[in-house]
Amino acid sequence: MTARVGVVVFPGSNCEHDVVEALAKLGGESRLLWHGDRSVGDVDAVVLPGGFAHGDYLRPGAIARFSPIMQAVGEFAAAGGPVVGICNGFQVLTEAGLLPGALQKNRGLSFLCMPVDVCIDSRRSVLTEDAEAGAVLRIPINHFEGNFTCDEETLQRLVDEERVVLRYVDNPNGSMGDIAGICNEAGNVVGLMPHPERASDPLLGSSDGLVLLGSLLRAAGNQGRASLAG
Amino acid sequence: MRFSVLVEVTLRAGVADPQGATIERSLPALGFEAVEGVRVGKAIRFTIDAPDEATARSQVDELCHRFLANPVIEDSAVTLHEVAGVA
Repeated sequence: MTARVGVVVFPGSNCEHDVVEALAKLGGESRLLWHGDRSVGDVDAVVLPGGFAHGDYLRPGAIARFSPIMQAVGEFAAAGGPVVGICNGFQVLTEAGLLPGALQKNRGLSFLCMPVDVCIDSRRSVLTEDAEAGAVLRIPINHFEGNFTCDEETLQRLVDEERVVLRYVDNPNGSMGDIAGICNEAGNVVGLMPHPERASDPLLGSSDGLVLLGSLLRAAGNQGRASLAG
Repeated sequence: MRFSVLVEVTLRAGVADPQGATIERSLPALGFEAVEGVRVGKAIRFTIDAPDEATARSQVDELCHRFLANPVIEDSAVTLHEVAGVA
């Protein structure tokens, strides 16, 4: 069966169509979900895309976490559904408490928009299980607040539990532990600052993001079968 | 009763403050050689109606914890006083 992915649109999201396009290239079916909805419907995975949800006022993600759909996203995640937050979506997931830590302003205070190399540090997540451990992917970043910060104890736990899924090869923003992406304990909720949907075609300079989105689609397919069986 | 509230949100001690550091680095060029320890935060002002000060304070504390500050990286300090003449 084709996996159905719900892509949440907040006021100010701007990468939702890029995600839909990249997933379609892999045979995935997507639908846009409005932030004011109270349900995610019958999707098999949820993506929180990049952008500036609610204008990034107060802090990126601080207001988006109170959007009505976020309770449904939390319940979907708690039931084991794959949830991926890209860039602003990662910020929303940390603010919502679905992932630990916070994303601070970049070291050096530059808005960074460039391709970077990231290394697959753990395959223990819905986004990385089809990738090769240690593989280096070239994927663009596009953010001002991508500097991952948490307390030492949390950092140690993320490392010990193999929840750091992506690390920067050359840390661009000051993130602790060179962290570019992390997952929750179960591996079904993932947040990352790089944009895999923008590395989905040679025309864009790289197709390295496809392996990540392919992993997500496979996890979504398994999720669909599990819920049919259940 | 109406209370005037000032919430100051600051980065927790130990959390790097790129804005503060950038401002501090620029000061010697302006001739301010003696300034140290610049930290940048936010000041949020509002009023709140509540039956008494303790209730107002507890609601503002909850508001800070759940929304105005991110406890992972920020602290908040509340200054609150009654606005005279409001029943």
